[in-house]
Amino acid sequence: MALMADYLVQGCQMALMLLLAPLLTGWIRWVKARLLRRRGPSILQPYRDLLKLLRKEVVLADSASWLFRVAPYLIFSALWVGASLVPTFASGLPFSWAADLIAIVALLGTARFFLALAGLDVGTSFGGIGSSREMMIASLAEPAMLMMVFTLSLLAGTTELSSVARFMSTADVGLRVSLALSLLALIMVAIAENARIPVDNPATHLELTMVHEAMVLEYSGRHLALIELSSSLKLLLYFSLIGCIFAPWGMATAGSTPGAYLYGTAIYMAKLALGGFLLALFETSIAKMRVFRVDEFLGAALMLGLLGALLLFVSRGL
Amino acid sequence: MTATHALQALLEASQSVTEHRPWPRVIVTPETWNTLLEGLASGAWTLLGLWGEPVMVHLAVREAASGTLAIASLPCPTGQFPSVGRCHPPAQRLERTLVDLTGLRPMDAVDARPWLDHGRWPVRHPLGSATAPGESMPPYRFLPVEGESLHQIPVGPVHAGIIEPGHFRFTANGEAVVRLEERLGYVHKGIESLLNGADVGRAARLVGRVSGDSTVAYAWAFARAVEAATETEAPERAHWLRALMAELERLANHCGDFGAICNDAAFAMMLAYCAVLRERVLRASATCFGHRLMMDRIVPGGVAHDLSADGINALRALIAEFRHQFPALIELYDKTASLQNRTEHTGFVKPALIQQFGCGGYIGRAGGRAFDARRAIAYPPYDELLFDVPVLSESDVNARVWIRIREVEQSLRLIEQILEQLPVGPIGNALRRPGNAREGVAVVEGFRGDVLVWVRLTAAGAVERCHPRDPSWFQWPLLEAAIEDNIVADFPLCNKSFNCSYSGHDL
Repeated sequence: MALMADYLVQGCQMALMLLLAPLLTGWIRWVKARLLRRRGPSILQPYRDLLKLLRKEVVLADSASWLFRVAPYLIFSALWVGASLVPTFASGLPFSWAADLIAIVALLGTARFFLALAGLDVGTSFGGIGSSREMMIASLAEPAMLMMVFTLSLLAGTTELSSVARFMSTADVGLRVSLALSLLALIMVAIAENARIPVDNPATHLELTMVHEAMVLEYSGRHLALIELSSSLKLLLYFSLIGCIFAPWGMATAGSTPGAYLYGTAIYMAKLALGGFLLALFETSIAKMRVFRVDEFLGAALMLGLLGALLLFVSRGL
Repeated sequence: MTATHALQALLEASQSVTEHRPWPRVIVTPETWNTLLEGLASGAWTLLGLWGEPVMVHLAVREAASGTLAIASLPCPTGQFPSVGRCHPPAQRLERTLVDLTGLRPMDAVDARPWLDHGRWPVRHPLGSATAPGESMPPYRFLPVEGESLHQIPVGPVHAGIIEPGHFRFTANGEAVVRLEERLGYVHKGIESLLNGADVGRAARLVGRVSGDSTVAYAWAFARAVEAATETEAPERAHWLRALMAELERLANHCGDFGAICNDAAFAMMLAYCAVLRERVLRASATCFGHRLMMDRIVPGGVAHDLSADGINALRALIAEFRHQFPALIELYDKTASLQNRTEHTGFVKPALIQQFGCGGYIGRAGGRAFDARRAIAYPPYDELLFDVPVLSESDVNARVWIRIREVEQSLRLIEQILEQLPVGPIGNALRRPGNAREGVAVVEGFRGDVLVWVRLTAAGAVERCHPRDPSWFQWPLLEAAIEDNIVADFPLCNKSFNCSYSGHDL
């Protein structure tokens, strides 16, 4: 019975991710609009956009192969699973034992791989540009992410997220420089991976400057809906990840009362709202960087991650 | 004979057209034509325009040293004329357009491809023989690029944003642009054909629609050309009101560009603030002159709308708001390192190219060319107003932004002066009817640069032929030069800092 309840909560977590993802996107867009003195669309607008896209006809390029048609489903599943693995309102759910940080990095990598392939598949120059830029960004973002994972696993003794979260919420973590560096590295990677300013501009109409948007330029209808939902899921995943590792407060543990779960959910939503607001604020106050400076930006993230891991060894006197 | 008087001497030696004002138009022999081309190629003179009629080509030149401006006309009874573009590259596109429109043939032309005519017009050579198009035109050949690992990126003519159509063919090596070739002409409206035979009122409306964002500059240039031709003098108050409209137009456009350039670097905050300021200008313009863009408010003979007390109040409020808000925006631009990082050293144009092309406006002045028609030609009322012409030498996107910022400040200063010193009196005079065919030409500084309008009126007072030349003709080619050695992703920023007109160029 307890097992059933646990699986039910896990199911709720998966559904919650799917439901919250567009809301987070809508929230960030709304905050940005307000910061820019615009009224802004309702925060429910992304849901309406998704419904609209789902109802629309799919227009496929003549040169599109099966890969182009399959990619949205693959990307969506990988990111949905990834997002569902991260403890959000509760830790220790059934699936979280099976997956850890490295698995999540791998899922993200898989999604990106297929997206880049899909960008190349149709053979348009924009798709190619987008894919090549995405791979350039990924080749630097992934090591930085892994560095951060190493630091955490050295500290917590595991790469399994529920345990990391539990470890981080205990008092024996203390104030550590390594963690601050890791947090910074993770935020930088998150910005790059989610195509946010200053690395990419999610709202741009300028074909030549796009990274993510250039890859998905040829998608339409339900394929585009899935891609859009995947992007939202990815953003939510990174928010949850940062929240789970660096702000693991208020999380329920498996087997809690429904009240504790609800409390955990409320805290989680508050974290998302705050994170979304900070992202919108940051994006409004900075210009996009030159494409060729992205490697410096991510190089810095990599160095921060590396430094975090090194400091850990130094402080342990190895 | 010194170089300063060279153009003058050339003009005196040629047969002058009597009824052409205010600058001379001379009929030249092929020999003099070639001398002119040599002068253009050597940089002694600046090309102002090149246009054609069925059996004649006109070349407008200006001598920077003496300020002499003249039009040379070469009759082409055989339908041929010595190519201008062969010795002077800035004339190439004008010459290709001339061929498309009139069917005249340049001898030894370096580029025989059509320019505005994409083979989709219902007539061929609309200003010449106007025959039905025969066989379909061969596909347009882009300039060949050879080299290893080069790839092409075709962009447009339909873009993802809501802008005018134009095709850009990039050849890139990875992200680095090796060559950009523009293909324009998608918004050809046949304005010159429409102008043939139109009465002056209709022609003024047509010219005012060549490029909507410069409608005041075009209408003013056309009005001045017609007034010069008919020897009508607009009343003093009309001059001042025209300058007021022109400065409002400059204010609105520079403000919009400032925000849009920053927005292309994904700094949307500047666009948000500048869009509000621009909207304030447009609303103040509507209060003053009854139209947000002040379309058709300048008419030959004067202006169509007087400034009321309400308008003066609206303008004073506008200036107060600018004086309050604009410095904060300048500081925001100057202090945002991430933005500066994008604009500095991006889209550099060689000052030598700017000189050669006689490129005006903010592009020219950001690259050390101090030409401003308000100062260099000093048409009224600018001869009585105090203003600076800001000039920079960096010639990058940042410099073009700064020229705009400084010009906004100068425009505010000019508007203040105009409000203080605005003479009273009538706002329009009836055009004189001299009873013979007359010709006139005028150059007016729009926000983009110098707009030239040449017009020939019939004895009855209708337009026989009119040619409006947009400043973009000498700016578009420089965009191709500006993007070289930059990266593909910086093109939107360069393009926006140029903000050339598609409509004005495609006519």
